[in-house]
Amino acid sequence: MAEFRLPANSRIREGNTHRAPGAESSNNLRRIRVYRYDPEGGANPRMDTFEIDADQAGPMILDALIAIKDQIDPTLTFRRSCREGICGSCAMNIDGTNTLACTKGLDEVKGDINVSPLPHMDVIKDLVPDLNHFYAQYASIEPWIKTQTPTPPDHERLQSKEERERLDGLYECILCACCSTSCPSYWWNGDRYLGPAALLQAYRWIADSRDEATGERLDELNDSYKLYRCHTIMNCTATCPKGLNPGKAIGEIKRLIAEREV
Amino acid sequence: MRAFETPLSRAKGLGSAKNGFHHWWQQRITAVVLVPLMLWLGFGIALQAGADLESARAWVAHPVNATLLVTSIIILFYHGAIGVQVVIEDYVHTEGLKAAGILLVHFACFLVAVAGILAVIRIALGS
Repeated sequence: MAEFRLPANSRIREGNTHRAPGAESSNNLRRIRVYRYDPEGGANPRMDTFEIDADQAGPMILDALIAIKDQIDPTLTFRRSCREGICGSCAMNIDGTNTLACTKGLDEVKGDINVSPLPHMDVIKDLVPDLNHFYAQYASIEPWIKTQTPTPPDHERLQSKEERERLDGLYECILCACCSTSCPSYWWNGDRYLGPAALLQAYRWIADSRDEATGERLDELNDSYKLYRCHTIMNCTATCPKGLNPGKAIGEIKRLIAEREV
Repeated sequence: MRAFETPLSRAKGLGSAKNGFHHWWQQRITAVVLVPLMLWLGFGIALQAGADLESARAWVAHPVNATLLVTSIIILFYHGAIGVQVVIEDYVHTEGLKAAGILLVHFACFLVAVAGILAVIRIALGS
């Protein structure tokens, strides 16, 4: 059956409170509550509270996490790279919503800032979830151009402006996993349901005028679990930090399958 | 046993069943058809409020009402069966239990639908 309660060893306990050195005199003291889990300790996960001077840290949640790691606890573990919303590494649950720590401002959250890993994923350490299966699902939709027509010898495979425009809203996906891990269907059936991110990517190749494998791609998706576990809950679209609409992309796949059947 | 399976092998699993569409399509079609049918049924029953048994029997026995009633019963219970099937597929992850649950729901819906259809036919044929 679906697990509606966390297993006993995953239940979150109250952790410790730490204050950054010099933060006492701050006019802009922020309390950040962070999910901590150490796979080597054997203890249950806990919520640690860190108090930092937001004026010293920088404007974004990621800046605050870096300040905590810098000034208070170097063992705090999280992924980050580009700090400008293009790599997708720092995807996490902030204030109850999956988003990128680097594009979410500290001032966008009132009161205590709760930070936890992407929901319903195995946690490797602290804010780092195991994304192996998520990436494998992306690989399984074969995200590359497939053609029978040989590449023209003297020029690129051409597209009209209109054909190219059909990829807008799709190519921008950075595979941060915010959408898939916000989806209840993905929580309960993520082993077989591809989830909004992989399906949006699948549609990106279906919508590509240069790709010649549309039929095979639709064949692969025509499955009660891979595609039709989507019940249009639309958490994916609500949470996407890039403002994309995976729900619509999934709807387009369903429409195309219907079009060739009916 | 699956320790050395690659993530891609796990993600691909048993592959695509290549038939998820019909189930999904039938659920939508039956939902749309049920809108007018349920409106008709609601009004039909409401108009019988306070009526005696003979009047209600006469309403059911009317050829148009009997036809629409049997149609409603078939579509309603089919829609119900495939709807509950989706719920079971969502939440039950033990394969044997899942298959048994789905079969049970379909069988129960079939049984109730047959009983309902028989009741309408008996009244319609005046027995």
